[in-house]
Amino acid sequence: MQRHAQVYPTKRTSGYDVERVRADFPILKREINGRPLVYLDNAATSQKPVQVIEALDRFYNQYNANVYRGVYRISEEATVAYEDARRKIAHLINARDPSEIIFVRGTTEAINLAAHSWGRSNIGLGDSIMLTEMEHHSNIVPWQQLAREKGASLKYVGISEEGQLLRQDVHQHLEEGRVKLFAVTHVSNVLGTINPIRELAREAHKYGCKVLVDGAQSVPHMPIDVQDLDCDFLAFSGHKMCGPTGIGVLYGKRELLQTMEPYQSGGEMIREVHLYEATFKDPPFKFEAGTTDIAGAIGLGAAVDYLSKLDLRNVRDHDREITKYVLEALGRVKGLKVYGPTDPETRGGVVSFNLADVHAHDMASMLDEDGIAVRSGHHCAQPLMERLGVAATTRASVYLYNTEDEIDLLVGSVERAGRVFKI
Amino acid sequence: MSSVYSEIILDYYRHPRNKGTLDDPQISAKDSNPLCGDIIEMQLELDKNSNVSDVRFNGQGCAISQASASMLTELVKGKKLDEVRNISKEEILSLIGGQLSAVRLKCALLSLKVLKIGVYSYLGAASTSKEDLSEL
Repeated sequence: MQRHAQVYPTKRTSGYDVERVRADFPILKREINGRPLVYLDNAATSQKPVQVIEALDRFYNQYNANVYRGVYRISEEATVAYEDARRKIAHLINARDPSEIIFVRGTTEAINLAAHSWGRSNIGLGDSIMLTEMEHHSNIVPWQQLAREKGASLKYVGISEEGQLLRQDVHQHLEEGRVKLFAVTHVSNVLGTINPIRELAREAHKYGCKVLVDGAQSVPHMPIDVQDLDCDFLAFSGHKMCGPTGIGVLYGKRELLQTMEPYQSGGEMIREVHLYEATFKDPPFKFEAGTTDIAGAIGLGAAVDYLSKLDLRNVRDHDREITKYVLEALGRVKGLKVYGPTDPETRGGVVSFNLADVHAHDMASMLDEDGIAVRSGHHCAQPLMERLGVAATTRASVYLYNTEDEIDLLVGSVERAGRVFKI
Repeated sequence: MSSVYSEIILDYYRHPRNKGTLDDPQISAKDSNPLCGDIIEMQLELDKNSNVSDVRFNGQGCAISQASASMLTELVKGKKLDEVRNISKEEILSLIGGQLSAVRLKCALLSLKVLKIGVYSYLGAASTSKEDLSEL
């Protein structure tokens, strides 16, 4: 089944009313230093619509109970809501079955689960794990640890000057043999680059190499179809897609999950426990030891409802339009350098920049004085910073509620910083 | 709210006083703030009465870290080592002026931390101070 015939359709803005969207986010009414909050740190976490906040409120006020085991009414209600959330997420990314959706704390835990469980059984002495120079630390460090433990090696795919993966590196590493896993980000959290996962997965699979995709910056922003992409694992976080913090997802192909050992063990994930041995439930329950973040999962379900109602194709279109506006507006600022692809078609709404020799932290502090929230620093991607030859960048990242007016405020504030620093 | 990016800060950042290195410093220390990538090195030359006869800083990073380091060099020049040891973070912050967020305080106080690391390691066992540098 393919719900999204075109993963990135070209134009579709009908029915998207950004002012109505903004009305759903109470925090956007806040003022900082007497000015409206301009929130442009969406790559770090998104704001929450009232629909999600109310779903959490309803759970705690009306049917808070542990799931599965209670035979009483509110436990049943909680179980239904929790499993509904799993179904909604499966539908969102077009998984074959809800059992392919494992609830975890976030992208980081999702990748750690895959590394510990799948990695430990499938990567051995002399094998390789292929990563890219644009990965977030969360998609580097778990693999470094695994490689050290197993005597495996890491191979890195480089990037071009414009911030695109070097496809010849992928090919060369695969040709060298014994690459068991390609762990790659879908959208760079620094450069905004959208990587061609479908093509990369097709090539890797020819060599028997599995593919894990870091979807932290893609799942919130565009339609994702895991069957179309044909990735083996997809990791993402709820809090970057209008959901609560503390909840995220590891998607895994069912046939892989069935062969995998548990990640953590204890309550709820077992079938039978005897004094000296235990048997485990089927996926996904096998991987959800203890009481999980029930409220978080239900809140994420509400976030998925919210995004589905807006339609992620519209969200992607809106992101692209605003990104285009940001790139053009920042491009007019004298002495300013933007990192990553210049074509809004091939990038997400994460825009990193530096203004002449103004340090990113000074820039972010000056923007904060004007009520504008951006991120500055290495963005948990130190190898990429090294590759770019910078200590830090300022990063503005947009989402479904950002407007061109807000971008004008951003650019005005960047220009003010330029004047103060006499650029 | 007054901006921390005053003309004075920008002047010290663009035209740092006492930036560079000394040929034969008795005190030399270096540290960095890994979060920001700010790096500061402080060097002090002492005369026979343990007064600071010359001082230099070197480093790279944001305007706050570099300007405050330069201001600090002016503050310590000619002072007795005991006085240098007792410089408080409030003194530095009042020199900088303006409001700083908790994260940016680390930038503002990096040079003072480096200075104290240098002074304490020079004084070594003679030092009786139990000042906690992690407070900086």
